[in-house]
Amino acid sequence: MDSDLSPQDKKDLDKFIKFFALKTVQVIVQARLGEKICTRSSSSPTGSDWFNLAIKDIPEVTHEAKKALAGQLPGIGRSMCVEISLKTSEGDSMELETWCLEMNEKCDKDIKVSYTVYNRLSVLLKSLLAITRVTPAYKLSRKQGHDYVILYRIYFGEVQLSGLGEGFQTVRVGVVGTPVGTVTLSCAYRTNLAFMSNRQFERSAPIMGIIVDHFVDPPCSSQRPTHMGQPCNYRAPDEEDGGTFAGVQDSQEVCTTSFSTSPPSQVGHSPRSFSLSLSLTFDFFSSFHTCFSFHFLFFLFVCFPSCCLFISLSAFTRKVGAFVNKPSTQITAASLDLPFAAFAPREGEPTISDLLVYPVHLDLLHNILKKSDILLMFRPAFSKDDLLPMDLGTFYREFQNPPQLASLSLHISSQSMADDLDSLPEKLRVYEKNIDEFDAFVDMLQ
Amino acid sequence: MLALLHTILLHRSTGKFHYKKEGTYSIGTVGTLDIDCDFIDFTFVRVSSEELDRVIRKAVSEFKDALSNSGSDGMGQISLEFYQKKKSRWPFSDECIPWEVWSIKVNVVNLANEQERQICREKVGEKLGEKVINVVEVINRHEYLPKMPTQSEVDNVFDTSLKDVQPYLYKITYQITDSLGTSVSTTMRRLIKDTLAL
Repeated sequence: MDSDLSPQDKKDLDKFIKFFALKTVQVIVQARLGEKICTRSSSSPTGSDWFNLAIKDIPEVTHEAKKALAGQLPGIGRSMCVEISLKTSEGDSMELETWCLEMNEKCDKDIKVSYTVYNRLSVLLKSLLAITRVTPAYKLSRKQGHDYVILYRIYFGEVQLSGLGEGFQTVRVGVVGTPVGTVTLSCAYRTNLAFMSNRQFERSAPIMGIIVDHFVDPPCSSQRPTHMGQPCNYRAPDEEDGGTFAGVQDSQEVCTTSFSTSPPSQVGHSPRSFSLSLSLTFDFFSSFHTCFSFHFLFFLFVCFPSCCLFISLSAFTRKVGAFVNKPSTQITAASLDLPFAAFAPREGEPTISDLLVYPVHLDLLHNILKKSDILLMFRPAFSKDDLLPMDLGTFYREFQNPPQLASLSLHISSQSMADDLDSLPEKLRVYEKNIDEFDAFVDMLQ
Repeated sequence: MLALLHTILLHRSTGKFHYKKEGTYSIGTVGTLDIDCDFIDFTFVRVSSEELDRVIRKAVSEFKDALSNSGSDGMGQISLEFYQKKKSRWPFSDECIPWEVWSIKVNVVNLANEQERQICREKVGEKLGEKVINVVEVINRHEYLPKMPTQSEVDNVFDTSLKDVQPYLYKITYQITDSLGTSVSTTMRRLIKDTLAL
């Protein structure tokens, strides 16, 4: 199979698949951070934007992905999986979805690697961007916070879907044929979201989204990792070339941005028509009222046949419509974007004092820490701003105790009051003397 | 509308081409943006290009107004067509050959109260999710894409008028059928308008 491929093509293909895998993980994890993603288009190629898409790299995520891959590539029988799960403050956890990057034996020997495969992988990444906003876990992740957090885990080897419960659905994001096999990207997501526990939560204050990174097993394991594995270091080590392949440089590699103007011609087709037959119904006089109650009654149940995810907020019900229609973890944390980086533990487990920066969700964090080795990545809203030199957390810390305004102090205000009273008779004399001028001024205004 | 049209255009847009002397070209970078729908609990991804967004919004707004004016139970169809230009000899104008057409059919209904509107919004949200998956499925069949053009022919394949991204040449047309079933042929008007604009 590989013998038909030139060494350069083989090298390029390995590189494309490797970086595609890394970008896939980035897209999935970033879609579950709980915030909207925004990247800018650039008319000039930078050489660092793989697949001509602006996808930022969270270093810790890249690090974990490389650790999971451990120098291997997704191949036949070796799948890379990203598992997304939910964990509540009560300790209940549930797998929500598993994204699988797989390869099968079906080869496309005639396809051009440096052009067609690359462009199709780019299209597949765009499809992944679209689909990650459609599955039910997206809406859950946008609402994560005090009551639950969204976790991710990357593993390499055999796909494990048993944790998704009965009746899970699968959506195929897309396929790309290559000379060594067909790359397939798909997602299996849970449809039964009913929790066993049903508790009431007091929501004290809105908190920022947290994503907790679970990393379970040493890479290369084909078995399902255990839930209570060893923790990773809190701070990701310096970017190292842990994923070298034969002939593939890692961080020094720039992505392919140059193409020939005479690629092989595509087979022409008559125009294809796709009728979506959406039959949308619209009410043009609609107004959307949303009221939120901050007393949380947190329970989930699934309504059939439309399979809506229903999160009830005590007095007011806010329906989060999940899409379903037809069919231990070893925990890591990471963030070099930590606004409270000074509080981050250097090695080993974090201490409770490190978590006191967010006392509002101390219970949740405390419970999670007690039960498993877990490190947290704090991502407060607006924590990363390209325009400001500092993030919200740093700003808050630095200006937490500002000095009192001079005008508000009692001693100065009483002094000025006495001065005012003394000068009052003089002022009254002046006003009486110039009373005609003042009256004329008032008349002018009218 | 915006969710579906932008999802399609996300897949049918590339970065700006920069041709080099040695017969190669490089491609710019496409950024993306998450957009929450205003009245539906749905988020879609669009290309990070305000110019492109303005064009699409204008087209959708015209379609929406046409639907509103057609009566309370009208139907409509909006189409996004990707085409290639083929040079013709004088005095004939360039020929536009469509290679992919997406059509979205819409029904307008009246809803009696807020509860019905809420139910409708949820259903529309779910439907949108399904349709995004349909779009992705079709696009990933990789059936046909125009050959990458040389520098002299790039305007026959791509819309190079935008500063930051480069979608394939496209046009948006719509057709309204009012409650009586009469077809209001806005399609012809727009086609003529687009042809003259070319």
